[in-house]
Amino acid sequence: MEFKNPQEELERFRSRLAVAGGFVLFCFALLFVRFVWLQIIQHDYYQTRAEDNRISLVPIVPNRGLILDRNGVVLARNYSAYTLEITPSRTSDPEQIIDGLAGIIDIQLKDRKRFRKLLEESRNFESLPIRTRLTDEEVAKFIAHRYRFPGVEIKARLFRQYPGGAFASHLLGYIGRVNDSDLEKIEARDEEANYRGTEHFGKTGLEQHYEFELHGNTGFEQVEVDAGGRAVRTLARTAPVAGNNLTLTVDAELQRIAEQAFGDRKGALVAIEPATGGILALVAVPNYDPNLFVDGIDTQNWKELNESPDKPMVNRALNGAYPPGSTFKPFMALGALTVGKRRPEQLISDPGFFNFGGHHFRDDKKGGHGMVDMYKSIVASCDTYYYMLANDMGIDNISGFMGKLGLGQRTGIDIDGESEGVLPSQEWKRKRFKKPEQQKWYAGETISIGIGQGYNAYTPIQLAQATAIVANNGVLFRPHLVNFITDTRTGKRTPIEPQPARDLGLKLEHIEVIRNAMVGVNKEGTGARAFAGAGYVSAGKTGTAQVYSLKGADYKAGAVKKELRDHALFIAFAPADKPTIALAVLVENGGFGAQAAAPIARQVLDYYLLGKRPNAPAPADEAAIEEDEE
Amino acid sequence: MNSGMGLAMIRNLVQRLIAPIDPPLMLIAGLLLLLAVGVMGSASPERLNAQLINVAAALVVMRILAQLPPQRLMHMAVPVYLVGVLLLIAVALFGDVSKGARRWLNLGFMRAQPSELMKIAVPLLLAWFFQKREAMPRLRDYAIAVVLLLLPIALIARQPDLGTAILVLAAGFYVIFFAGLSWKIMIGMAVSALAAAPLAWNLLHDYQRSRIITLFDPEKDPLGKGFHIIQSTIAIGSGGIFGKGWRAGTQAQLEFIPERHTDFVFAVFSEEFGLFGNLLLLTLYALLIGRGLMIAANAATLFSRLLAGAVTMIFFTYAFVNMGMVSGILPVVGVPLPLISYGGTALVTLFVGIGILMSIHGHRMLVQK
Repeated sequence: MEFKNPQEELERFRSRLAVAGGFVLFCFALLFVRFVWLQIIQHDYYQTRAEDNRISLVPIVPNRGLILDRNGVVLARNYSAYTLEITPSRTSDPEQIIDGLAGIIDIQLKDRKRFRKLLEESRNFESLPIRTRLTDEEVAKFIAHRYRFPGVEIKARLFRQYPGGAFASHLLGYIGRVNDSDLEKIEARDEEANYRGTEHFGKTGLEQHYEFELHGNTGFEQVEVDAGGRAVRTLARTAPVAGNNLTLTVDAELQRIAEQAFGDRKGALVAIEPATGGILALVAVPNYDPNLFVDGIDTQNWKELNESPDKPMVNRALNGAYPPGSTFKPFMALGALTVGKRRPEQLISDPGFFNFGGHHFRDDKKGGHGMVDMYKSIVASCDTYYYMLANDMGIDNISGFMGKLGLGQRTGIDIDGESEGVLPSQEWKRKRFKKPEQQKWYAGETISIGIGQGYNAYTPIQLAQATAIVANNGVLFRPHLVNFITDTRTGKRTPIEPQPARDLGLKLEHIEVIRNAMVGVNKEGTGARAFAGAGYVSAGKTGTAQVYSLKGADYKAGAVKKELRDHALFIAFAPADKPTIALAVLVENGGFGAQAAAPIARQVLDYYLLGKRPNAPAPADEAAIEEDEE
Repeated sequence: MNSGMGLAMIRNLVQRLIAPIDPPLMLIAGLLLLLAVGVMGSASPERLNAQLINVAAALVVMRILAQLPPQRLMHMAVPVYLVGVLLLIAVALFGDVSKGARRWLNLGFMRAQPSELMKIAVPLLLAWFFQKREAMPRLRDYAIAVVLLLLPIALIARQPDLGTAILVLAAGFYVIFFAGLSWKIMIGMAVSALAAAPLAWNLLHDYQRSRIITLFDPEKDPLGKGFHIIQSTIAIGSGGIFGKGWRAGTQAQLEFIPERHTDFVFAVFSEEFGLFGNLLLLTLYALLIGRGLMIAANAATLFSRLLAGAVTMIFFTYAFVNMGMVSGILPVVGVPLPLISYGGTALVTLFVGIGILMSIHGHRMLVQK
């Protein structure tokens, strides 16, 4: 056994104490170095992070601008309502949460479907509405139970509303939730900061074209927040600036009468004020209800709209391209006068057909119209006259002149995604076809171009624009829907395109010939029945566009399935001497122009010129004579 | 005359009351308590009164222990240790579960946390053990000491309570270290501990593992487990040299600092008082530890020396582990900032330690006589 040496033991103990003391100082020095690192060297960084923690920039979404008709009638507005929103990233199982919510708040199957659709399309971290337009009672119920639903909150939001429902939907368009392609547009315009907090974006129509006018400037609130994200106090506030209001050239009442005139038929109508290019009515029916899209459309409605054979989502006025049929004839005649291929009084003989290379192009009047001058060719809609004329003019002259009238080109209306249509020409054919033998233009193809058939395909707005050019003595204004944009803060109005786009340089005496003939159409020709007793002098032209070509056989409307029946067309302007309105009407599968399209034009003109309101949709005139058909 | 006599009596009473109290130790502890009151007034003013009551209770306990001769403490070593171990077993069997850990024992009239007792009981027992083996302790004695140490630690770590387990382990280790365990063996143990680390990793609970993982990369999980460390380092760093001022720390006042009145109170202090405040705090702790080590150096018996050394180093462990974890250089284990964090249990334990130091200091001559 070792004996202890107290003194030695004490010395050893004290040396150990010294080691411990040294260790303590070393560790404290380590801490001090760490503090210096955090509090001096990295201070700025942590200072910034503390400020970021503390201050939250809360965007205040501005009120979207209103859309008003020319008389101040509100077509698109906003209202404030409570929504119940779920942030999927903050919940483990949204479906389970929804089941729980359904216990206290009415949540229907369509709400769930819509939510699922939004969930699929959503960007990360955004909250998605499960219910919109909560009642005060529902808000109170949820607040009492909110502790049970983390990641669910009530938000007060402004909603877009289209008070007319399915009225004028193709021109107004709609807004929907911001998606990736919208984000690209926002980034392209460097508007990301201004769109913080914005959840909706114009998707079609005016809502899309004027998105950046309507949106306004987002305001910001600098809020001090605690760790739970609750606002403690407001440090600074920049008020939002509401979006600009759009005042349209459209007359809502005229638009309504025009839409109603179609009844349950499909088609389009574009009415333009010739002296300004302002669009008075732009109808494409059937319509759809744009309100369905605002909160995100549910799958069932989406399916119905997309799969309907009537294609209500297609804007027929801008995206439907139809052969103009006989409505093409006044433009052909004007072209012939302009290029000098015809004089008005020049007579041709119509035996009931035109022979080209052994092929008989038939006139629809058996035995022909006899001796025909330009006036009669339009009033009676003589095909043979235009077969010959087309042949005499040649495709280059025709396409050159029609191009000047804007046919086969986008009009530049203030709605995006307008179709070009087809203006047949040698060049067009070269581009359109691949095989060399198809790329060549054959003279025989020019013949039926003359009566608005063949490759011709124009949108209703192009026809309306061409009609307006004639009505306005050859001066073209870009068609537009917005009359002026009002800055809601200053009240300053910015007018849209009040200047003529171009003067075609047509001779007034040529236009006078056409005007006279078109007046004749409504007085004693194919439009006479529709315009009997009108009380104003109007100029018009009927047309029928073939959907289905019957080789040699006679066309009998009743014998052909509805969707294969011809499209009915009508162009008109009035009053004939000083036109204030020019329009084009198209009724899909309506039959003859005089039968289906002209009565609609009559109701529109009656209201616009005389203030007369119809009490029923324009009836189809089954007794209208088939006069201008091939 | 009467009043003078009364005054003399009162003076006499006060003198007897404060006689066992070591003035330097009391001064340092008092300054730390003053800081504690200040920080609590910022971090959690509604708890200030409750903490003042805790302080009063802890001071009474300290005063009682300060008068107790070390021999009495030595006699208590074995029973206290045995009661502590039995209570820990009772906790394992019947304890209340709170926040996923079984730490509390419901005694009917109060809830007790027996693991806290072991912070004092373990060094007490080991000091007693080495006193009994006053002859040069053999290797076998160290082995027995290690077993006596590991038994309660195993029970505490099972609860699980990593913070207390580390503190008890440290307390026991200090006794063995001061008792003179050879460096060779300590280095050997350290190496084998490192080798056993993967094994220990498997024994850890998931939340303990994730704490260690988030220590190394707290930004990986900014909303989850890393949130505590990220927010406390932001608080410290943004405090800068002079701090943001009392009750002006945004991290603290806007509740970005979690547990800001207990384990993370240092972040509040550091944000509001800056590097200068930290330096003051470190200095006070260093002085407290220095005074404790001085008392140990002059203690009369081996028992007193070992106990005083270990108790002093407990303060260091508390302070270093807490400030290290809050500033992001040590993993988050539940260790309060000594004398500053809210809570009566830890405060009483720490003042028991201070009371023991005072007792040892007060009786350094008596035993030698």
